[in-house]
Amino acid sequence: MTIEQWQLQEGDLDDLARGCAILGTGGGGSVETGLLAARRAIRECGSVSVRALDTFADDDIIAPLSGIGAPTVGHEMISSEAEAVALQRAVQDVLRLRIAAVMSSEIGGSNGLAPVAWAARMGLPLVDADAMGRAFPEVQMVSLYVAGVPYNYVVMSDVIGNVSILRPTDGRWAERQARALAVASGSHSLMADYIIPAATARGAVIEGSVSRAVRIGRVMRESTDPIGALREELQARQLIEGKVVDIERRTSGGFVRGSVVIEGVGGDRGQLVRIEIQNENLVALRDGVVLASVPDLITVVDTATGTAISTESLRYGQRASVLAWPCDPIWRTERGLETAGPRAFGYDLDYRPVEELASASV
Amino acid sequence: MHQSETPANMTAPTDAGNGRSAVRDLRIGIDVGGTNTDAVIMDQTNAVIAWTKQPTTRDVTGGMNAALSAVLEKIPGQQGRVGRVMLGTTHATNAILERRNLGRVAVVRIGAPATTAVPPLDNWPADLRRTVEADHIVIRGGHFIDGYPIAPLDVDEARRFFGKVAGSIDAVAITGVFSPAFPDQERAIAEIAAQELGSDAVVSMSHEIGSLGLVERENATVLNAALYRVAREVTGALESVLQQRGLDATPFFAQNDGTLMALEYAASYPVLTIGSGPANSIRGAAFLSGLDNAVVADVGGTSTDLGVLTNGYPRESAVAVEIGGVRTNFRMPDILSLAIGGGTKISGTPDEPRIGPESVGYRVDTEALVFGGQTATLTDAAVAGGRTTLGTTPVDGWSADRRALLGAALADVDARLDDAADRMSLGKADRPLVAVGGGGFLIPDRVPGVTEVLRPAHSAVANAVGAVIALASGRWDAIIPVGAGRKSAIDAACQTAITRAIEAGAEPDKVEIVEMTEIPLSYLTDPSTRIHVKAAGPLGLL
Repeated sequence: MTIEQWQLQEGDLDDLARGCAILGTGGGGSVETGLLAARRAIRECGSVSVRALDTFADDDIIAPLSGIGAPTVGHEMISSEAEAVALQRAVQDVLRLRIAAVMSSEIGGSNGLAPVAWAARMGLPLVDADAMGRAFPEVQMVSLYVAGVPYNYVVMSDVIGNVSILRPTDGRWAERQARALAVASGSHSLMADYIIPAATARGAVIEGSVSRAVRIGRVMRESTDPIGALREELQARQLIEGKVVDIERRTSGGFVRGSVVIEGVGGDRGQLVRIEIQNENLVALRDGVVLASVPDLITVVDTATGTAISTESLRYGQRASVLAWPCDPIWRTERGLETAGPRAFGYDLDYRPVEELASASV
Repeated sequence: MHQSETPANMTAPTDAGNGRSAVRDLRIGIDVGGTNTDAVIMDQTNAVIAWTKQPTTRDVTGGMNAALSAVLEKIPGQQGRVGRVMLGTTHATNAILERRNLGRVAVVRIGAPATTAVPPLDNWPADLRRTVEADHIVIRGGHFIDGYPIAPLDVDEARRFFGKVAGSIDAVAITGVFSPAFPDQERAIAEIAAQELGSDAVVSMSHEIGSLGLVERENATVLNAALYRVAREVTGALESVLQQRGLDATPFFAQNDGTLMALEYAASYPVLTIGSGPANSIRGAAFLSGLDNAVVADVGGTSTDLGVLTNGYPRESAVAVEIGGVRTNFRMPDILSLAIGGGTKISGTPDEPRIGPESVGYRVDTEALVFGGQTATLTDAAVAGGRTTLGTTPVDGWSADRRALLGAALADVDARLDDAADRMSLGKADRPLVAVGGGGFLIPDRVPGVTEVLRPAHSAVANAVGAVIALASGRWDAIIPVGAGRKSAIDAACQTAITRAIEAGAEPDKVEIVEMTEIPLSYLTDPSTRIHVKAAGPLGLL
C-alpha cells in the first residue's frame, strides 16, 4: 500500500539516512554531509511534503536531481544553500517551465538525502520515487534511460550561482558535457538530468523509494533483531553471517574496484562468500557459484546493528552479514540488464534473479 | 638493573645554589591516564633509572605534580641533570568532555557563496556550542580543488565582523575551503584579526590543524581555539612546577600520533594533545620490547586498549574521530578498547559470569579480595588463576564457588582478548603481543592470534617511557596533479612537513620523511591525488 502524501520532518532524517545507506549497496557516497544539509534546510524552510507520483497531474513538471562530481570534493567544498533555487529560477526564466516537484535520481547513499534539502529550499514537494531504487555509478544507469525517455534538458547549478542548461543529443553527450561543466565548477554541481512532465515519469521511475528508505531505517531502529527486521522488510536473502577475513581494494579509472571475503560463523561456519566491488557491491559468489548479482541489491551490514557498511569502511574482522534482494522489475528487462546487468560491469555471466539463485544454492 | 650513575656524571660540575648540572643527560616522561599518572626518568642510554605511579586527580595537575615530585625524590641531589620533561596529558580532553574552562570563539569560514548549506557548528551538541560559540560568519572567498578562487576574498566583511565581536571573545577560528592546499586567505584573515583585535589575539587557522573535510577540520579548529586557556594553564602549570622544583628543563608535550611538540607549539595547538595516551603506550611498548611491529595491549585499572605498532609507529584509525560529541578528522591511533582492567568487578555465577564494565579503579589495593577487600575483581581472578602473586590474603581459603566464578571470568576475558588480538592483527597471527600497563598480568602467556606474549621490563610505565623517547614531527596534506608538476608538488609537500618538524623541535639534520600516503581522487577529469606527508626526527641536542 502506498501512502499518497506525508510530511517528512526533521525527526525522520536519521531513519532516511540509515535506509539510504542500506539501499546504497556499499556505494552512493557518505550520507553524512547530505544529512546535515537536509536538517538545516528543514529547520529553515519547514518539513517536506512527500507525494506519490499518482497525486501529480500529467503536465506537472518533475526535476530528478542528483549531485555530480567527486565525492571527496563535496566533503570539502560543501554546497551552497542557493543552488537549488537558482536551478528552479533558471528553468522558469529560460525554459518557461514551472517545476512542480523534485525527485531523487538515486535513492542509495548521499543522493537519497540531499533532495530533501533541495525540495525544502525550493518550497516544493518531493516525489516518492527515484530513478534507480539503489545506487549506480554512471549517469545513464537510470530507469528513465531504460524506459526510453529521450534526453531533453540537463540543468546544472553550481556553488557560485552559475546555471547551465544543456540540450544533449543522447545520454553519452549528456554524461560528457555534464562532467566537463562540473569540473569547471570545481568538480561539484547540482544536476537535473531531465525536466519531465509527470505523465512521462509514470512507469519510468521506481515508486515509493523515499517511504521505503524511511521504513527501512525505522524497522532497524525499532527492532531488537535489526537483521531479521531488514530481511523481512526487504524480502532479502541472508547470504552469510560471518566476519570479514580479506579485503582487496584498488582505484582504477575513477572507480574503487576490489573484493571482500566473508567467512561464516555459527550455522554458516566453513562457508566463504566473496563480493566483487566496483564502488558498489556487484556480485556475490560462494565457491565460484553466483549467489546474487547486479542489478539485484547486495549490501553488507553490521551483524549487531544492521547498519550498512560502505565499501570504503570495510575492515578486517568486522562481524558482518550479507543481504541480497530483488531489484525493481524495470532492471530485469532486456534494456535494463544491458544498462546495469553483470555484463555492463564487465562480468562474463548471465543474470539470474537472486530469488532463483538462492533457492538453487540451498 | 641498569647502571644509572657513571663516575663522569657524579663529578659533573654544578652551578652554585640551584644544583644545575653541566651534564643534562636525564629526561622525565609523565603520562596522565584515567586511573594513574605515571612518571619515569631515563638516561642518555635510554635506561629507565626511576619510575612512579600516582593516582590521577580530578584536576589532572595535582596528579602530574605528585608524579613529578615522587620520581624526583628517587634521584636525590641529581635533578640538575634533568634536561627535558615530556608530558602526555588529558587536560584538553577533560576540558571538552566537561565543558569546563573553554574560551568563547568567533568562528570565521571563508567559502561563500559555497558551503552555506551547512553553516559552522551546525551539528555540535547544544550545550558545547553555547559554551564555545561567540558568533560565526561565512565570508566570500576560498578555492576550488584546482586553486581557482570561489570568490574574491571579502576582507571588509571580516573586518566588520571582528569589529562587532571585539571585546566579547577569547579566540578566533578561521577555516577556508581547500585551505590545506591554498592557505594564503586564512593567513590574510588572521592578519585582519590581529589588526582589529590586537596583535595578541588568539587565532587558530585550520590549515595548521587538520586535513581535507571542511566540517571536521573546522570543528577541530574551533575546539583548538576554545582550548587556548587550557593550553596556557597546562603549559603554565608545567613551567611553574619545573620552576618551583628548580628544574631548568625544557618541556615538551606528547601529541596524538606518538610524537612530541615544543611547549610554545602546544600552547598554540592544544587540540593535538588529545589522544596522546594510547600513542605513548604503543611507542613505549615498541621501545621496551625492541620491536617495530607488534600488537600492544595496555591494561589499566578500568580498560584495556589494544593498538598496533607498524614500523615503529601506531597504526592510525581510518574512521572519523568524535571528541565530546563533535566530529573531527584527526588521525588517531587505531585503538580497540575493552572494559577489562585490573580493577574490573566480577559478579554473576560460574555459568554466567558478569565482567564489568564497572571498576574499583586505583582502589584495587584496598577493595580487591586479595587485598582483604570485599569486591571480586579481575586482579583476584588473575591471582586465583596463577598469573600473578599480588595481594596480602591467601587464596587457599576461598570457596569452590568463588574459585569457579573467578575461573569462569578469566576464561571469558581470555576469549575476548583472543578475539580482540585477532581483529587487531588482521587475522595474520604473524606478530607478537606486548603486554604493558599496570594490569598487564591479566594477559595470558598464550594468545592464539599472536606469535608470543612479551612482558618487557618497566612495562607497567610504558606510556611514560613512550613520552620520553618520542620524536618531534610535522605533517602536511595537499592535493597534487598526477602529470607534470607532480614531482615538484611532492617535493614542496615534503619540505613543508620537514619545516614543521623542525619547528616542533626536531634536529634539522636528522629529520626524515617517515610516512607518505597518496589517495587517488575518483571522478575527476584532471587526475589528482591527495598526498599526506609526515616528517619526524629526534629532538635537537641541548
